[in-house]
Amino acid sequence: MAELTPKERMQIPRQEMPAQDPLERRYNFNEVALGFDFETARREAERCLQCKNPTCMDGCPVGVLIPQFIRHLREGDMAGAVVAMKERNSLPAICGRVCPQEVQCEATCVLAKRGAPVAIGRLERFVGDYELARRTCPLVRAAPTGMRVAVVGSGPAGLTCAVELGRRGHQVTIFESLHAAGGVLIYGIPEFRLPKWIVHAEIDYAMECLGIEIRTDHVVGRTITLDELLADYDAVFLGTGAGLPTLLNVPGVNLNGVMSANEFLTRVNLMKAYLFPEYDTPIKVGRKVAVIGAGNVAMDAARCALRLQHMRAEKEGGEPGQVYIVYRRSRQEVPARAEEFHHAEEEGVIFEFLTNPVEILGDEQKRVRGLRCVRMQLGEPDASGRRRPVPIPGSEFDLDVDMVIIAVGTTPNPVVFLNTYGLERTKEGTVVADMTTLRTTKPRVWAGGDVVTGAATVVSAMGAGKVAAADMHRFLCGEFSESEWWPAQVEAPTAGA
Amino acid sequence: MYTILKKRKLSDVTNEMVLDAPHVARRARSGQFVIVRIDERSERIPLTIADYDRSAGTITILFQEVGKSTMQLGTLQEGDHLLTCAGPLGNPTRVDHYGTVVCVGGGVGVAPIFPIARDLKEAGNTIISIIGARTRQLLIWEDRMRTVSDELIVCTDDGSYGRKALVTEPLKEVLEQRHVDRVWAVGPAIMMKFVALTTKPHNIPTVVSLNPIMVDGTGMCGCCRVLIGGQVRFVCVEGPQFDAHEVDWENLLMRMQYYKDEERLAVEHWKEHRCRLEQAEQEAEKERHRHG
Ligand SMILES: Cc1cc2nc3c(=O)[nH]c(=O)nc-3n(C[C@H](O)[C@H](O)[C@H](O)COP(=O)(O)OP(=O)(O)OC[C@H]3O[C@@H](n4cnc5c(N)ncnc54)[C@H](O)[C@@H]3O)c2cc1C
Ligand SMILES: Cc1cc2nc3c(=O)[nH]c(=O)nc-3n(C[C@H](O)[C@H](O)[C@H](O)COP(=O)(O)OP(=O)(O)OC[C@H]3O[C@@H](n4cnc5c(N)ncnc54)[C@H](O)[C@@H]3O)c2cc1C
Ligand code: SF4
Ligand code: SF4
Ligand code: FES
Repeated sequence: MAELTPKERMQIPRQEMPAQDPLERRYNFNEVALGFDFETARREAERCLQCKNPTCMDGCPVGVLIPQFIRHLREGDMAGAVVAMKERNSLPAICGRVCPQEVQCEATCVLAKRGAPVAIGRLERFVGDYELARRTCPLVRAAPTGMRVAVVGSGPAGLTCAVELGRRGHQVTIFESLHAAGGVLIYGIPEFRLPKWIVHAEIDYAMECLGIEIRTDHVVGRTITLDELLADYDAVFLGTGAGLPTLLNVPGVNLNGVMSANEFLTRVNLMKAYLFPEYDTPIKVGRKVAVIGAGNVAMDAARCALRLQHMRAEKEGGEPGQVYIVYRRSRQEVPARAEEFHHAEEEGVIFEFLTNPVEILGDEQKRVRGLRCVRMQLGEPDASGRRRPVPIPGSEFDLDVDMVIIAVGTTPNPVVFLNTYGLERTKEGTVVADMTTLRTTKPRVWAGGDVVTGAATVVSAMGAGKVAAADMHRFLCGEFSESEWWPAQVEAPTAGA
Repeated sequence: MYTILKKRKLSDVTNEMVLDAPHVARRARSGQFVIVRIDERSERIPLTIADYDRSAGTITILFQEVGKSTMQLGTLQEGDHLLTCAGPLGNPTRVDHYGTVVCVGGGVGVAPIFPIARDLKEAGNTIISIIGARTRQLLIWEDRMRTVSDELIVCTDDGSYGRKALVTEPLKEVLEQRHVDRVWAVGPAIMMKFVALTTKPHNIPTVVSLNPIMVDGTGMCGCCRVLIGGQVRFVCVEGPQFDAHEVDWENLLMRMQYYKDEERLAVEHWKEHRCRLEQAEQEAEKERHRHG
């Protein structure tokens, strides 16, 4: 292609992502977004203005070399695109699929102001998938240092930390409580959004290249304690996430038919309950399901429920049923990724905005028969800067549902902290850490990802894994010692920061 | 992969297995459990650590075949493997010198009560054990229980062995005749509920080990939640042992029924599958004879 002028580039429309038809995909768990082909990817890449001051990179928590990888891509130099990408991001096939680009890299792309930013995420996915299929850019391990590191938790934070330390020649062992590695990528995010083979392939590859060992079925705090790990290893990273579900504080939460989104998604994704009885773990889905909350977790739960309803209807006849999302704020405040919200709407999820549950109603057999709600209106801005929803008196009404899935947030699971001392935590349960080094209050222990920030994003957890790895490397190389551990300037992070 | 080192059938439906699981054995204590998974398609099921040998790196589990997963587990032989064995999970028993303790074990619940009774005995308590089963065949570990009890009462529902009674009957008599400081009970939820009702009028602190449905066993899903004194508690992390008088039994019993239909379907599916598998094996056998 001849070199285009900026004006010409800006006239190319943002390329649409081919996707499975919304009506059809309700009957399966196959991936929804199908990915660009090479021609579409190059056309999209042509839209990038190759800015001298690429503002897009400011929006990326791991600082992906966005203009570089796009330039290589559009020149047809895929190997170069992969190298540029892997420089900062070891998991592009995953981030390209799950990053909330519209509030990160694409939000700060100069073209965003003109309506349509470069589809950075989709291009990143294209590069990631290319690399997954061909493995042109192997992870290289530096000469062994003889230092041993334990990483607790195999989510994006732990994995990234392990990879970064493995590359620097340290011997890494990951301890994971579940039977499979990947954290939320494997138990939470559904197959139709992030195929599990991608997560497995990325993890297996990194382990192979860098000789990292993963010990599954090891619940740190129970199977082995943090203090025991410190006796065996030179340094420890905690990336145990925020996996403890918050339940609603309303009457009826223990009725049959009420479950946390974590339970619902774990059954469906990790245990493959959508294939019951071929797989043993059962799942029930109501005829009318209410999902409380409107984040990514809620969207995922709603869309899994909708699929299970349709698959049941296909098998047994009858109407599939309805799935509602009940959210106390309005459409503008929906925290989920834009694409997921859009896909959920397309698939037929019904949104009840400005609505808050007050009670879960049960029948004589203690099964859910309804959800009592109250309508809300937006009042003054609250601490988060969003307008606070307040109940409208007398607006109570009953939503006719037989299942309630709660997706109103999670906090760090406290099991890892059992039988250990000196590790300070905030009252929200997150680990106190110095945000520039991710050192905790316990010498030789670093922490990052959701366990420090509370529920956040995949790429921010990866970023934390990198920051910690860099500081851990300095420690392992003897640049500072345990006595210089806790610098005076350390402050507790503010909630949600 | 965790190898089954020993397997013993204690009755048609009761199995004892010794697993090679050094990571669990090294910290296991009485009252704790593991989550096991047989193969790629299996569910994760909780089973109590009925015994452990730290130096050998093994744990003993004992289970009753009640549904698909336990039936399949029952078909495994020595030398076979389990894909998952996570633990030890839950809080260990709070062992102390209480005085006289009654340990009640019902059905397969005798296995989990055994290490508890042993620890309590070692701590200097006088142990009166009451164990029971539906019928003689299903009664397990009588000999083991005898070794850790000062007194052992055995009963069966149908009178085929020991006294013809539910465990709550001798329990009631003991409570009326003797000074008892504490009661421990493990068994089917319905039995534990009646134990709680039996000890309540005497105001004797009673500990039970709850067995709700679980998924992860690490506090991540909330499937195992029960109401204890009106509060939602996760059995896998905060339990499994709780004050019997605080448990909302109706809620627990109802929640255990939630997947009844699916459990039945799973067993049907499994039996059909086993049939086809056996047929195929027979065919293959015939084929071999023909050619060989
Ligand atoms: C359903 C769902 C959908 C999401 N969708 C998106 C999305 O589209 N985009 C996005 O950017 N973010 C999304 N997120 C958020 C994102 O997944 C998380 O922010 C991210 O995974 C956090 O990574 P982490 O490594 O800190 O923790 P996790 O991914 O939670 O991993 C923690 C790991 O530690 C293990 N662990 C915990 N305790 C112990 C212990 N005691 N011993 C050993 N191991 C332990 C856990 O089993 C787990 O494997 C979603 C989250 C959920 C739940
Ligand atoms: C902490 C804990 C420790 C446990 N320890 C043991 C143990 O040491 N040995 C053991 O045999 N079981 C134990 N259980 C119960 C065991 O996990 C279940 O029996 C098992 O999950 C059943 O799986 P399944 O697929 O075979 O049967 P399912 O298909 O799940 O269930 C079949 C039927 O059995 C009933 N059932 C389920 N659990 C029990 C139970 N505990 N007692 C009686 N009936 C039940 C179900 O309600 C259902 O009707 C324990 C449970 C917990 C939570
Ligand atoms: S990692 Fe995420 S935020 Fe960074 S460039 Fe890629 S898609 Fe954008
Ligand atoms: S800001 Fe947008 S247009 Fe500029 S380099 Fe980044 S992606 Fe390209
Ligand atoms: S079994 Fe999942 S929280 Fe207890």
